[in-house]
Amino acid sequence: MTDSGIGVLGRGAELAIEAKGLRRVYRSRTGWLRPRRTQVEAVRGVDLTVRRGELFGLLGPNGAGKTTTIKMLNTLLIPTAGTARVCGFDVVRETMQVRRRIGYIFGGDRGLYDRLTALDNLRYFAELYGVPARDQRRRIGEVLELVGLTGRERERVEGYSRGMRQRLHIARGLLHSPELLFMDEPSIGVDPVGARELRATVANLAATGTTVLLTTHYMAEADELCDRIAVIVHGRIRALGTPAELRRHAEGRRVLEVEVYGVDDGHLAAIRRVPGVRECNVEERGPAQVLTVQSDAGRDVQPDMLRALSGLRLGRVEVREPTLEDAYVAIVSESSAPSSDVDQLETVGVAS
Amino acid sequence: MSLVRMLAVGTWLHVKQLSRSPFEIATSILIPLVQATLAVYLFRASPQPQALLGAAVGAGLMGVWSSVLFGSGGAIQRHRWEGTLEVLMLAPRRPVLVILPFTIATAVTGTYSIVATLLWGRLLYGIRLTFADPLGFVAAVPVCILSLGMFGLLLASTFVLMRNANALANTLEYPIWLLSGMLIPITTLPGWTGPLAAVLPTTWGSRAVRAAATGGEVWGPLAVCLAISLVCLALGALALSYVERRARAAATLALA
Repeated sequence: MTDSGIGVLGRGAELAIEAKGLRRVYRSRTGWLRPRRTQVEAVRGVDLTVRRGELFGLLGPNGAGKTTTIKMLNTLLIPTAGTARVCGFDVVRETMQVRRRIGYIFGGDRGLYDRLTALDNLRYFAELYGVPARDQRRRIGEVLELVGLTGRERERVEGYSRGMRQRLHIARGLLHSPELLFMDEPSIGVDPVGARELRATVANLAATGTTVLLTTHYMAEADELCDRIAVIVHGRIRALGTPAELRRHAEGRRVLEVEVYGVDDGHLAAIRRVPGVRECNVEERGPAQVLTVQSDAGRDVQPDMLRALSGLRLGRVEVREPTLEDAYVAIVSESSAPSSDVDQLETVGVAS
Repeated sequence: MSLVRMLAVGTWLHVKQLSRSPFEIATSILIPLVQATLAVYLFRASPQPQALLGAAVGAGLMGVWSSVLFGSGGAIQRHRWEGTLEVLMLAPRRPVLVILPFTIATAVTGTYSIVATLLWGRLLYGIRLTFADPLGFVAAVPVCILSLGMFGLLLASTFVLMRNANALANTLEYPIWLLSGMLIPITTLPGWTGPLAAVLPTTWGSRAVRAAATGGEVWGPLAVCLAISLVCLALGALALSYVERRARAAATLALA
């Protein structure tokens, strides 16, 4: 199949990603004499469309299937079932055409040649990704400038901070000016200032027409950046819509945040039994814990809740409106609840 | 042209990456020195004047082979650990073009072994470095190294698929040393090993390099070595394309 000319333009449909019924099962075998086979269904039928130029967020808890979905779309994994087209090309049969058009950036320390300089890393990947020799110097200079590593490019990567590595990842992913960028938790482990710069970079890319599929655990990041968000839980998309549409999942709820010291499972169980309480989560923040309780908006659960915490030292108590994070927690909790219909796909807003 | 450039840049950068690893350098140099020392004590009783030079060259070749074997397998595994295997395989290139630079790079860094064993022999044991065919030696060593790099590519295809590829590498080191006649003549081995030895590029490469050092036919064995290696390259290219697809199906490009 030709990869140039009218054929490509004809395929340059409005959709950057079109996935139908994507499934992925991981099979493993342990032991030789009495082999034990296990299989895990990581993605269980994902339907997804992303328009060109869209900044699309894929959110979900650890192990929900975000990375597996991304890896099926970027050709690193072959789907067990279902089909996907990226920039108009089939991810299984037209791998090379897909790879020429995408960039893949992931979070963490791995994925770079540590004993080489940033410049060497970029030179190598420029060659691999077919950046013409005459353009390489200019292009490398541009991406270094974009990620703020100009002047540090002749240092070995092993001496880089995590934030610098992350920026180098981004530079590498952008070298060949991809039409579609897969960003898998790019801000993981990056300090707040670095994360803010990263968000600005991603926003700029989207503004210049690059389609971005972003996975992240940071709701503020998703809220700020994404045109639309899909929440994936247990390998299925449970909610899909704009950030504003997703927030409606927490409509009719009120959120109570309590700073507390020494809360345990017994206290949490007692709070969950309070009439009107919908969700209850605890987060460690230094010596203190922050208890976030979602309840029905029309019901004041505060007196019962404080009674359940009697005997504990309390700090700040605050009532606030639900955020995207609260909506996300509500979606994930509903999807994880034993009584939830796991086959139910809940779609909010217009799924294009 | 851009293809040659990509392979050259890739090989150079992988050599750079390997050469900056104290572990790689130490194993490339120290282990062959131990082997060279053992070889010198084994062959010093030989009445043939060039036996010690042959032993030093043979020990160096053993080092090159170890470097290719563990380099090809180890490099795939290391790329997997470092998360670079997925990024490399995601490049819009045939898998052979992505893997070949680092299998050749491992062979190139293996030349440290030959240099080390020759210097060791000269400085410690006073072995005279008078080569029977100096021009042949200068040609045979790089061709042998390039050939071993191509042979390494064929090995690498198995390593892409297998997460525990190191186990395979461990079992291949000594048999190839023996079968290829790197240190002891093939004629001393049982007859059934002959056909096995004949299809290994290492046998012909080792024969050419040793002949250039100690006397004998250089160019014929070198041509056979190169021809077998080109076959390995072609087979490796086919195998890698197949294996890359299998690895994407089996999810073995990443650690988890």
